[in-house]
This record gives sequence, C-alpha cells and structure tokens, in this order.
Amino acid sequence: MNAPLKPSASLRQRLRLQLLGLIAILSLLLYFSVRTIAGGAAETTQDNILSASATSIIEALHAEQDDILLDIPYAALSMLGANSEERVFYRIMTKASTITGYDDLPAPETFPAPEQPVFYNSEYRGSAVRIVAMTRVITVRDTPTEVLALVAQTRLGQDAITARIANTAAALGVGFFLIAGILGALTVESALRPIVNIAQAVQRRGPHDLRPMLKPAPLELAPLLASLNSFMERLRTALLRTEDFIAEAAHRVRTPLATVRAQTEIALRRAKTPEDREALRAVIRAVDESARSAGQLLDHASVTLRADKMERGDVDLSALVKDLVHGLAPTAEIRDIRIILHPAEGEFTTIGDPVLLMGALRNILDNAIKYSPDESEISVVLSAEEELCCITICDSGRGLNDAEQKTLTRRFGRGSNVADVVGSGLGLTIVSEVVAAHGGSFRLTPNKERGTCAKVCLPRK
Amino acid sequence: MRFLLIEDNADLAVSVRDRLALDGYGVDWAESIGAAEDCLAGASYDLILLDIMLPDGDGRAFLSAQRSRENDTPIIVITARSEVSDRVHMLDLGADDYITKPFDFLELEARCRAVIRRKNGAASNVKHYGDLEFDSLSATVKVAGRVSELRNRELRLMEIFFSSPEQIFPKSQLLDRLFSYADNVSENAIEVYVARLRQKIDGGAVRIETVRGIGYRMSKQETPRP
Repeated sequence: MNAPLKPSASLRQRLRLQLLGLIAILSLLLYFSVRTIAGGAAETTQDNILSASATSIIEALHAEQDDILLDIPYAALSMLGANSEERVFYRIMTKASTITGYDDLPAPETFPAPEQPVFYNSEYRGSAVRIVAMTRVITVRDTPTEVLALVAQTRLGQDAITARIANTAAALGVGFFLIAGILGALTVESALRPIVNIAQAVQRRGPHDLRPMLKPAPLELAPLLASLNSFMERLRTALLRTEDFIAEAAHRVRTPLATVRAQTEIALRRAKTPEDREALRAVIRAVDESARSAGQLLDHASVTLRADKMERGDVDLSALVKDLVHGLAPTAEIRDIRIILHPAEGEFTTIGDPVLLMGALRNILDNAIKYSPDESEISVVLSAEEELCCITICDSGRGLNDAEQKTLTRRFGRGSNVADVVGSGLGLTIVSEVVAAHGGSFRLTPNKERGTCAKVCLPRK
Repeated sequence: MRFLLIEDNADLAVSVRDRLALDGYGVDWAESIGAAEDCLAGASYDLILLDIMLPDGDGRAFLSAQRSRENDTPIIVITARSEVSDRVHMLDLGADDYITKPFDFLELEARCRAVIRRKNGAASNVKHYGDLEFDSLSATVKVAGRVSELRNRELRLMEIFFSSPEQIFPKSQLLDRLFSYADNVSENAIEVYVARLRQKIDGGAVRIETVRGIGYRMSKQETPRP
C-alpha cells in the first residue's frame, strides 16, 4: 500500500482566500466612492447656497458719489442660518480696505474674476469654515472698482452630513462584504461540490472496487474520470485474465496428470515383474512431483495476486486451524499419522485474508505430514503472546540443520535430506510471503527430540 | 455403498470407478451434469464425486443446486484449480470435502471414508466372520469379548480380508492398497501390519494365514483352538 499523497494545497482554501480578497477590495472601493460622491454632493449644495447668498449681497451693492453703499438683504443671511448651530460671517472689501463685516475673514490673495466665484475651506475663530469669494466691479466716480464679497459658513452641518455619509458608506461596505462573502463561500461550495462528490465516491469504494464510476461529472473533470474508468477497466481485465489464466493453466496441467496417474496405478496392479512395478512407481512419483510443482507455482501466483488486492477482514484463527486440521486429517491418517490439535483458551482473531492464511498454514501442515514418519504425531498449538497470536506446528520428521532454516523459505530451496520425498520447494516461500503480507513472522526451529517446529505469529486484532 | 462419479474425462473416470470397485464401492459414472441429473432421478447415492469443469456447465452450479434442493448426499469436489483460489469457496457452497487433481487413490478413498463416517455419525457397520466382529465405521474388532481399535492401515487391511474371506491376497496387491505408490516401500512392510492384526484378533477362531510364496488369507477354524 502506498502512503497517502500529501495534498499540495486546498482548492477550497485558495478559492475562498481569493474571493475574500476580491470582496474586501470591492467593499473598500464602495466605501470610498460613496463617501466621495455623497460628500461632494453635500459640499456642492452648501456651495450653491453660499453662492446664492453672496450673489444677493453683491447685487445689493451700489455706488453713490464716492461711496459704495450696501443694504444687506435679510434673505441673504437667513438662507444660510437654517441650521441654528451654524454661524455665518461676511466681509465686503475693496483691494484697499474692508467696507463692512469681519475684517479678519481670510480672503484669497487675488480677487477672482467677476462671475467666477471661488470656494475654499479655512479656519476662522476656532471653527472650520467654507468661504465663497465673489467679485463685482462697481463704477465709482467713473473709476471701475473691484469689490469682493466673502460669505463664510461654519462646516458643522457639512461635517455632520459627511460623518453620516461616512457611517452609511461604512455600513454599506461592511454589509456588502458580509453578503458577498457568504454568497462567495456558497459559490465556492457549489462549484467544488462535483469534485468533492467524485472524490468521496472514489474514496468510499476503496482500492478493490474496480467498477466504472458512473456519477455525472462536470465537463472539466470528464477527461479525468474517463481516464480513471479506463484505467480501472484495464486493471480489472488484467486481474480477471490472470485469475482465469491461473485456473485454466491448473486445469490443463492437472487433468491429464490425473489421468496418467490413474492409468499408471491400474497398470501397476497388473504388472507382474518387480522391474515393471519399480518403473511404474517412478512414473507416479514423477507425476506427483510435476503436479505438485505446477500446483505450487500457480498457488504462488494466486498468492501474489491476492496479496496485492488483499481483502482484509476478521479471521478467527482457532476456527481456521480447526478446519485445516479437519481437512488434512484423512491425508495424514493414510500413513497413520495423528494430528493433535491442542485446545486453546480465548480469542484468536487477526485481520487478514482467510484464503491466504489458510493456504499458508495448509502448506506448513502439508509439509509436516510429508516429512513425518509413518505412525507419528504432529502437534498443532495455538497460543497468545502479548499482541500476537501464534500457531506452532511440530512434527517428528527428519528435521533440518541451521543453515537450511534460512534457505528453505527461498523459492525452490529444499532441505538437503529430502531428495527422496516429492516436493518443489515453493511451499515455504508461499508461507513466508503470506505471513509477511499480514505483518507477521515465520520461524523454523528444531523440535525437542527430533523433527521441526514451524511457528507463525500474526498480530492480534 | 453406491457412489455417483461426475467426471467428463473418460480415462480418469474409468480408473476411478475400477479402483473404488476394488474397495467394494459401486460407482455410477455420469459424463455431464445432465447425465448426473438422470442418475439422481433414478437412484439414491451414498456419496457424489463431482468434477468442477464439465462440458455442460460449472460443477459449482450443480453443487449449489443440489444443496438448495435439500439433497444432503455428501459431495466431494474434484478440482484441478489452484488451491488458494478455490478451496474455501467450495466448502461455502456446501461441498463436504475436496481433492485436487491429480490425486492418490488412497487419499480419495480416505476422504470418501471420512466424509461418510462424518455423515453417519455414530452409526456402525458391523460385519461378522466366524466369531470375529468387525466394525469398519468405528474401526474396531471384537473377539472373545475383547474390543481392539484399529489404526488406519490395519483397518484397510481388515477390510480387504473381509471383502473376500478365504481368498488369497498377494503381498504386492496388499501393498498397493495400503501404501501410496509414491511411497518407497518393500513388500516386507506388509508383514508388520499383518502381525499387528493377528495380535488384535488373537484368541478367536479366525486367523490370518501366510500362504508361503504367495500372500495371505483370512480363514476360520470350525472349532476354536484349545
């Protein structure tokens, strides 16, 4: 099994962050534009009133002999005093002197052109003020004289409006941010849903379910899904073909061998001379050997195949061992060999593939029977050792030497003292591969007096 | 005991039938599932030997069909397929046992015997010869009130003698029935088992005689030895 891939980055995270950044920028833009536009509009209103006031004052100016006279119309100032908090200042001046009003009201450096009033902000008597400056040319004693009218109004009302507008703009910005954020998050979810659905469907089915994925996929994912499906189909076909091949090969090899063996046995019964009998026995031994080798090669292939797509489940080892002993007892009985299954207390459950485990243990017991002398005993013991359950199968066969214990578990490795017993040497390879695939251990040790003990330990559930 | 053998390979089927006949079993042979159905319709069997790959279908389908029809005749599956892929499945489908091709007749016989014994439970199958009582299912002999248990080879040897008392069985024939052809044994090995049987039936009127130069036979004296 491969370790799970480390994801490079979350698509959802990225989409969320990018959308959130975008929304934040838009919110700020909204805030500032509302503030600027509304603030500008409020200022324009004030300027218009100031301008109207200044106009009506300046229109009231008239020259009489050497003097410039002014009757300030009441309306000119009352239109500015709508807000009682607001203070109004005015100043009428020529370039030479102030004619009337507050003579320290700040005036522009140069007089603006007539008909083109100038607006500006300034500080006056501790308050921020908005001032309009308007010029009129009056002819006094045939001399055109520029008269400047300044009208100022404190900016209290203006500031209040600006503050209100700023609050509103901020509320709008925050509101926009929240609503757009929620909608954005929903959009991310709905955009990702097909991907999430497909990912979950792939995860749910696990690595052994090779049926094609039939879930509707968005256009962008369709090529990925199509590749996945065609890959799974190819894998499935390959696995099936291998399984079929193994079954077919076994059938093709073993059925004719069975016939040869059966016919030879019948011929043996009719054979008269010891020479004929010996020759026919040799045929039978050869048939047995090739059948066994073929069988174990195919078993080995099956084991490799199954270990790849290992179906893990709870396996009750005591039931499995009981079945195993039950199944092989008739074979052992032929040679008066007794298999003694020692009763075991407690639970012996491991996680794995029962078919593989059965195959491995069968190989061990099969070996034990094969190498045991007639009328001997084989003991099978199930024991619990900390986190392990162990199965020990001891025979009183011919045993092995130390160096052999290692080579025996290699492919085609056989003991040096068994040339007269049919065998391919693949059996223990199968055992060690199956046990390794289950995370267990397999050891061969000499039995107390004579023979061998094979011990398989598997992790307890 | 009557067996039904379902096997499409004629050579193999004939040799299985001949061999089982030696052990006293009557064997009907069906070449296909269709033929097997015909046999089952007309007779009842103590055991069915079933090959898996048959010309007109899969033996496994036949197996589960028999079980769903509540036919509980013991079935031993003969399979050529890989042990790891098939065996457990066969038992799940209701087979009582299985044997992989190519098989030793001794093993086939042993498995048939084990399955029948399991099916019949504590039932006995007692035969008498003279004052000797022989129960092949419980593997015991009783003589002069003394019961002795027989080991597997002793049991098979006893069965051979009981199948035809007074007949002389050559050593080579006994050897073939007791030992696998793959075993490398001399004819003298048979003497060990004959000696043990003689010990267990000692004290009665039945004896196992050595016919010099030929073999052995079981015979009884009209009056017990003094």
